[in-house]
Amino acid sequence: MKAIITVVGKDKVGIIAAVSTKLAETNVNILDISQTIMQENFTMMMTVDLSKGRVSLKELKVQLSEIGNRMGLVINIYNEELFNTMHRV
Amino acid sequence: MNEHEVIETLKMIQEEKLDIRTITMGISLRDCADENTKKSCAKINDKIRRLGGRLVSVGREIEETYGVPIINQRIAVTPISLVAESCSDTCDYFPFAAALEQAALEAGVDFIGGFSAMVHKGMTPGDRKLIKAIPRALSETGRVCASVNVATTKAGINMDSIRMMGEIIRETAIATKDRGSVGCAKLVVFANAPEDNPFMAGAFHGIGEAESVINVGISGPGVIKSALEKIRGSDLETVAETVKRTSFKITRVGQLVAREAARRLGIPFGIVDVSLAPTPSVGDSVAYIIEEMGLEKCGAPGSIAALMLLNDAVKKGGLMASSFVGGLSGAFIPVSEDLGMIEAAQQGALTIEKLEAMTSVCSVGLDMIAVPGDTDASTLAAIIADEAAIGVSNNKTTAVRIIPVVGMKEGDFVEFGGLLGRAPVMRVNRFSSSDFIKRGGRIPAPLQSYRN
Repeated sequence: MKAIITVVGKDKVGIIAAVSTKLAETNVNILDISQTIMQENFTMMMTVDLSKGRVSLKELKVQLSEIGNRMGLVINIYNEELFNTMHRV
Repeated sequence: MNEHEVIETLKMIQEEKLDIRTITMGISLRDCADENTKKSCAKINDKIRRLGGRLVSVGREIEETYGVPIINQRIAVTPISLVAESCSDTCDYFPFAAALEQAALEAGVDFIGGFSAMVHKGMTPGDRKLIKAIPRALSETGRVCASVNVATTKAGINMDSIRMMGEIIRETAIATKDRGSVGCAKLVVFANAPEDNPFMAGAFHGIGEAESVINVGISGPGVIKSALEKIRGSDLETVAETVKRTSFKITRVGQLVAREAARRLGIPFGIVDVSLAPTPSVGDSVAYIIEEMGLEKCGAPGSIAALMLLNDAVKKGGLMASSFVGGLSGAFIPVSEDLGMIEAAQQGALTIEKLEAMTSVCSVGLDMIAVPGDTDASTLAAIIADEAAIGVSNNKTTAVRIIPVVGMKEGDFVEFGGLLGRAPVMRVNRFSSSDFIKRGGRIPAPLQSYRN
């Protein structure tokens, strides 16, 4: 299953490192990353593949939000199918 | 997938209250008929447990998979008048309501619909027994919902059953007078009732339906309102286009959830009901959408035109997004469940008469309206007859869910709690309709029904 992770918050050192370390630990593969600074906010979007991951979407969500809480970021993860359904005919 | 699309979806879910309002499982109880009431009730309980036992847990799983909130899981069954009629040992159908209550409790659903009868043309002894049992059923159970279809475009309007329903509503109000007459909030009187509506209190599993089926009701007044906030001042063509596009996106999510629920439960997918169903919470109001279009208060002149635009655009967007759209599909205008409607009614912008007119262009009828407790049965019946006439003449569903709140008068405020909300007691026209209702009989089907 593919999922989309979004990370939004105040820019600081180590955001990408923290998120990607967690993904590596859980064997979740990163397929695509885009990152920008919008109105002084760090904004990152990742497409990831959980099919070989050691965690479920639900568990990963909890672990990512722990990172989010620690670093003052809002991290969301949603099933990619949701976005495809809504925006692609 | 670009960032804009991802962020739009996240905003819809996290800020604008996009949700799946209900996954409703329809279950046929036709094979639960028996000569013996106890046996029939036991069969009902077994069947609902067997088919509906996993409904709530599957709903939770899907919520986790997609991250879209699923607010309610409900069960709709074959109209009980049909199931109970074979019982030769009883005149009292209350045990069936108790059986449904127990089954709903075990399945973990908050409402179960189908304590119902179809009497749009005539009434069998079973129909009569069911209707007589409604006041007790709605006062002594918490989860059972009742509905009675009193008119169709094809059959005309059964004024005898309407007269009876006026009395039943009063009896139900009295039976639940210590709780704001809340029993009436679980009783819907229909014209042209849909057989696949997933929304309570009017859901039942129609006789043309399969053994069991999954119907999904979507919602999202907040999403539509936010979309319109971004195009303030633009012309109404742009408003219609924006509503249509937004409705498409919402319905696609409903379709995804419906298919997935059907797959996981191993039950066929029925329909997606594309409805804007408000809740009493902030940011989830249909009245606010109408006001966003440029009306000072919902109910102001222009409200019917605005509602017509909204209702139509919602359907057009939804039809493209789902292979099967059904149920009620359109905008709901339940007064007590919509913060904007409550305010409009309190401030005198919205009257029963204006609501009646609005029901000719929206998906349902006079919904969740509190009226003075001394409103007599014939006036209630006459209000139902007017709504039925609007539905029958316009080939659409109309419904009346009206609550004569015992002990309250115009201007008072009744609290039902939870999703049923709170309502100002509205003014009712004080001139009598009693001689008209006393006549009884049937109003013939209108000319437009003769299409063969």
